[in-house]
Amino acid sequence: MSDHEYVPKSKFGKWFNDRLPLLTLASHLTDYPTPKNLNYWWTFGGILTFCLITQIVTGLTLAMHYIAHADLAFESVEHIMRDVNYGWLIRYIHANGASMFFLAVYIHIFRSLFYGSYKSPREIIWIIGIIIYLLMMAAAFMGYVLPWGQMSFWGATVITNLFSAIPLVGEGIVNWLWGGYSVDNPTLTRFFTLHYLIPFLILGLVVLHIWALHIPGNNNPVGIDVKKPSKDTVPFHPYIVIKDGFALLMFTIVFAFFVFYSPNILGHADNYIEANPMVTPAHIVPEWYLLPFYAILRSVPDKLMGVVAMLSAILILAALPWLDTSKIRSAVFRPLYKQFYWILLADVLILGYVGAMPAEGLYLLIARVATAYYFIHFLIILPILGFKEKTLPLPLSITEPVLGGFPNTAIVKKKESLD
Amino acid sequence: MKNIFKILYLTFILLAGTNQVNAAEKVELLKTDWSFKGIFGKFDRGSLQRGYQVYSEVCSSCHSMKYVSYRNLFEPGGPEFSEDQAKAIAANFEVTDGPNSDGEMFTRPAKLSDKFVMPFANVKAAQVANGGAYPPDMSVLAKARSGGVDYIYSVLLGYEDPPNGVALDEGVYYNKYMYGNNIKMSEPLSDGLVEYSDGTIASKEQMAKDVTTFLMWTAEPHLEARHKLGFKAILYLIILTILVYFSMKKIWSRIESEV
Repeated sequence: MSDHEYVPKSKFGKWFNDRLPLLTLASHLTDYPTPKNLNYWWTFGGILTFCLITQIVTGLTLAMHYIAHADLAFESVEHIMRDVNYGWLIRYIHANGASMFFLAVYIHIFRSLFYGSYKSPREIIWIIGIIIYLLMMAAAFMGYVLPWGQMSFWGATVITNLFSAIPLVGEGIVNWLWGGYSVDNPTLTRFFTLHYLIPFLILGLVVLHIWALHIPGNNNPVGIDVKKPSKDTVPFHPYIVIKDGFALLMFTIVFAFFVFYSPNILGHADNYIEANPMVTPAHIVPEWYLLPFYAILRSVPDKLMGVVAMLSAILILAALPWLDTSKIRSAVFRPLYKQFYWILLADVLILGYVGAMPAEGLYLLIARVATAYYFIHFLIILPILGFKEKTLPLPLSITEPVLGGFPNTAIVKKKESLD
Repeated sequence: MKNIFKILYLTFILLAGTNQVNAAEKVELLKTDWSFKGIFGKFDRGSLQRGYQVYSEVCSSCHSMKYVSYRNLFEPGGPEFSEDQAKAIAANFEVTDGPNSDGEMFTRPAKLSDKFVMPFANVKAAQVANGGAYPPDMSVLAKARSGGVDYIYSVLLGYEDPPNGVALDEGVYYNKYMYGNNIKMSEPLSDGLVEYSDGTIASKEQMAKDVTTFLMWTAEPHLEARHKLGFKAILYLIILTILVYFSMKKIWSRIESEV
């Protein structure tokens, strides 16, 4: 918050602002003091907002032409691809947009993990973020069902069947989700409805996410508190706006490359075969962004425990601000945590890889070890590390990283030059 | 900054890799030069027209193509027959229309606005006529098989005598590239099976290449428009990015900080 109260210049502006302080809000957003040492990993918040808006706009357009009916859905998608003006473009942006959205959200999450952005006083921002991430997965899963291809149908069957693992009421819940005794037209229509609803829920949560962010202000690569406003901060506009804009354009180039030159590489070929309840595909694989959790699910031999493990793997993140006992935020000053961070990242990538492979032999063994390590990282390593780790001395401010020749000048400098 | 590029690049390789790994368990597919690959990739008009000929004379007796219309045959970016040629092609087929003012259904020659007429009334009829196997609809076939056009091209040329010790059921053929190596379609192509009007020699490889090119077009009728627009869009984005980069440098030069 800027420390001086905003007063509109015009008489009408003042009259309006007294009744609805939109101008005060605009002024706050423009002046919002932002640490000036933010690196490019901090631009993914803006990129994610762009992704959400892109998905909503293209999604609305697609919904004007799509028909949510088991007999017509596949055909209506082909109609969009062939006969709707630029339908191919809109659909490919939407389909690849989902992948880009997840790519950006994973970078955003791992940035937060590296720089300890989830720690006090930013726990609520983090938890809202986890809820957004959960809703994103739900929206993406249901969106993938809509074209009513083979992977749509069988993916929906596998995922909804997970609920049957719940003791006693499981079967009933599954039938309730399906709206019948198998995945069929009622399932498709309700998935379409929910797929339409969820993005707007996400939009609302994004507003809360940003609101909660604007209370303490941004974390930064050094991870120490910054006085606001001060010579350590810059006003959001124009400094951060132009920087976010530049990063967004770079991201859009990559996005465009997928849309125009390999629009189907991130999807599965089987989804261009119309859904057929009588034929099961050889391998039922979810989209790449769900693979790590799919690997965790399959690594547990018991169905119910597998579902529990998969859900815990996501929900455990919500407890992260309390599992990580270290008071130091940035991994720059936590030499041990930094190593475990990279191991965790590798672990998640390995889980993603084995999630795409058949669950047998060596793959299954790797999946089990990686799953175990995932939980060990959060439940054992992080809590202990906070007490045992010898952290490096923190600088006093981000502009004067050291006072009186502390030995960490090199580290701060090196970190900055990396970015 | 450089690091970000590197990491993004590696991430994409990894993402793209996961799907390719799925297909990696199969034999190496046959490769040929596809004119439609790459940033400036375009269809070879002649190949598309020949491919349509192969489809209509060979494949279409069993394989439907229910999402493609006769009008597509003369639209830009496709085989680009003349409108009269496309009309003449359509007129060869009969469609059931109606009911007329007497409440009767009637048949009439197909028009440009009609979808390709299907060889069988329904899936069951197609199965009965083909020994229980349903010849898949070919509209999006090139996108519906991992390996895409290379896979289709390979299957068309992959018929072989079964290796020793492999017994095949009645009406099943051995194909080197087909998943599971068993295919219920007999070898569809043989040298000189069709006679190309443009004088191209109708070798098996030539026909396989032409018909596969045609299938790529039916699966992605706007591929050329996509490549063209993509080039313009990305070029525009790159120029804009450069301009924004220098604006950013200029703005950040007002304060003592690196960006």
